Amino acid sequence: MSFYDELSSLPREQLKLSLYSIGPKEVESALVSSEGSLSSLMALLSPAAEPYIEQMAVRAKEITRRRFGTNIGMYLPLYLSNLCANECDYCGFSMSNKLKRKSLTSDELKQEISIIKRQGFDSILLVSGEHETKVGIDYFASMLPLVKKQFSYVAMEVQPLREDEYKHLVNLGLDAVMLYQETYNPTTYQEHHTRGNKQDYRYRVDSPERIARAGVDKIGLGVLLGLDDWRFDALMLGYHLHYLERHFWRCRYSLSLPRLRPCTGGITPKMPLTDKGLVQLICAFRLFNQQLEISLSTREPASLRDNLYGLGVTHISAGSSTEPGGYSNPQRQLNQFEISDDRSVSETVSAMVAKGYIPVWKDWQSEWINLS
Amino acid sequence: MLMLADSQFSSRLFTGTGKFSCSKTMVASIEASGSQLVTMAMKRIDLKTASDDILAPLKASGVKLLPNTSGARNAQEAVFVAELSREVLGTSWVKLEIHPDPKYLMPDPIETLKAAKMLCDKGFVVLPYVHADPVLCRHLEEVGCAAVMPLGSPIGSNQGLATQTFLKIIIEQANIPVVVDAGIGAPSHAMQAMEMGASAVLVNTAIASSRDPVAMARCFESAVSAGRDAYLAGLGVTSCYAQQTSPQKPLTAFLES
Repeated sequence: MSFYDELSSLPREQLKLSLYSIGPKEVESALVSSEGSLSSLMALLSPAAEPYIEQMAVRAKEITRRRFGTNIGMYLPLYLSNLCANECDYCGFSMSNKLKRKSLTSDELKQEISIIKRQGFDSILLVSGEHETKVGIDYFASMLPLVKKQFSYVAMEVQPLREDEYKHLVNLGLDAVMLYQETYNPTTYQEHHTRGNKQDYRYRVDSPERIARAGVDKIGLGVLLGLDDWRFDALMLGYHLHYLERHFWRCRYSLSLPRLRPCTGGITPKMPLTDKGLVQLICAFRLFNQQLEISLSTREPASLRDNLYGLGVTHISAGSSTEPGGYSNPQRQLNQFEISDDRSVSETVSAMVAKGYIPVWKDWQSEWINLS
Repeated sequence: MLMLADSQFSSRLFTGTGKFSCSKTMVASIEASGSQLVTMAMKRIDLKTASDDILAPLKASGVKLLPNTSGARNAQEAVFVAELSREVLGTSWVKLEIHPDPKYLMPDPIETLKAAKMLCDKGFVVLPYVHADPVLCRHLEEVGCAAVMPLGSPIGSNQGLATQTFLKIIIEQANIPVVVDAGIGAPSHAMQAMEMGASAVLVNTAIASSRDPVAMARCFESAVSAGRDAYLAGLGVTSCYAQQTSPQKPLTAFLES
C-alpha cells in the first residue's frame, strides 16, 4: 500500500480531535517513553505539551547530543534557476510574479561554485523553480557533473521527477533530494497551488517513494508551516516519515521546518507558528525519531538559530542567497523569499563555536557509493 | 488473531514435536498448549511407513503442520528437504533451518537468505529461523518470507531472551510477523517476548523436557496470552518522570526575552 493510500484512509477528523483533546498525563508519558511512537508524537505536538516545553528541550538536547555529538553539518543552497511554471501564492518564484527570470549557464554555475568553495562548503543544495521544459531533467543532467566535481555531497530541491530520472541523476552523483509536501491537507493544497504541475497533490505525496526506489541516499521531508494547521500537518509529516522508514530502510531522512515568510506578492500565514511553537516542533520530532536529521535555513533570525543548536537541529545553511547567480552577483531582486539571518558564514560559525558546537563541512566520500 | 501468510491463528504459541517421552504425551501437550501450528523435523519422519509415530497422531489432532529443514547444512540441502516435505505432506509451509554448526546449532545467515529466496521464488511459505539480526531480517522480508523467527538464545538452552535488545529492533522494524524462536525456557520468557510485541513464540524444549509437559504447556498458553494482552493494553514506562532539573539557565529561556 502506498503512503497516499494510507494517508487517504486515515480518520483525519478523529485524529484532529484527539490531537486537541490530549491531556497532561499523555504528554508526561510521551516525555519519558524511550521509543518514539506516532501516539507520543501526537501528544508532544498537542497544545497540552506547551507547558512542558522546557522538559522537552532538556530531553531533546540529551538525545541529540548522544546521537550527533556537538556536530552541525554545514550546507549551502545554490539556486540554478528561478523559472517557474507554477502558481503558488506563497512563493516569490510564482509564474505571474513580475521578476527577472534567469537560469544559470554552465559558466555562471562554475563561477558560483568557485565562490562557494572558497567559503569552505562541501555539501550543496541545488534549487530551482519548477519549469519542466527549460529546467527539466536534461538541464539538471548537464549541470550535475559540474557540481559533483567540486562537492562531495549534492542535494537537490527541484520539481518531483520520475523514478528513472532520479536514477539517472543518482548515477551522475546525486545524493539527496529535498521535496516538501507544503501541506498534507488536500483542500488547502489545492487552494494554494492554482496552476502548473504542482497542482497534482498525489504525485507529490508519492514522490518520496519514487526517490527511495531510485536509490537516493537521503530524502528530505517538510511542510510549509503556516499554510494550514501546523500541528496537524506536522503529525501527518510524522506519519509519512514513519511509513518511509518502514518501507525504505536503506535511506536516511531529514526534516525541514520552514515557516511561511514574506515574499513578493505573498500571503500571510493562516495559522502562524510562534518561536515557541517552532521549538516545540523541533523537540517533538527529536523525541519521535532520534536519528532524524533536522535542518534549519536562514529563513530564521540569527538570535533564534543560535539558540536552536542542540535542541534537535543538526544541519544549517549560512551566508545563503536565494537567487540564481546571487553569490557572484547579489541583486536581491530575484529572491524566492527574504532571508532573515543575513550574517556571513564566518560570523555564523563564530557564534556557533561560542555556543560549543562544531561546524562539519565534509561528511561524505562519494567515491564509496555506487562502486559497481 | 494472527495472520500468517493466508492463515489465521487464534493461538500465538507455536510448539514443536521433539524431545517428548512418547507420542501420547506429545499430543496431550500440544492440545493443552492450544497451539495451532506445530513444527516437526522432516528428517524424523519415516517416509516409508504410513504409521509414523509422530506424523499420524499429529495429523489426527488437526493442527497445522510446519515441517522444518533441521539437519540441512546449506541452502541446497534445505531446498531439497522443503520440496520433499511439500510432496510428502502436501504443505508449502516450511520452517527454514540451516545449521552447519552441530555444537550450538547456530543458524547460518548466508545460506538461510539464499535458501529463503529460492523457496519464496518456488512459492513456499517460508518462515526462516535466524539469529536476532535486524538487517538479516530486513533482507528476509524483502525476498518474500511470511515471517521471521529470530532466536532468543541458543536453541534448547532455556536461557531466555539473551538477544532482547536486537529482538526489540526487529519487532519495531518488521512489516511481517516476528516469531521468537529458540531459547525460551520458562513461561516468563515467553510472556516477556509477547509484552515486547512479538507476534508469537515457538516453544519446544521447555515444554517437552519439563517434569509434567502437559501442565507446562498450559502454563505457556496462559503466559503467551497474558503477554499479548499486556502488549495491547500498553505497558507503563519504567523510568520515573523526566528530570526537571535544567542547567543553570533553562534551555528555553530565550523564548521569554
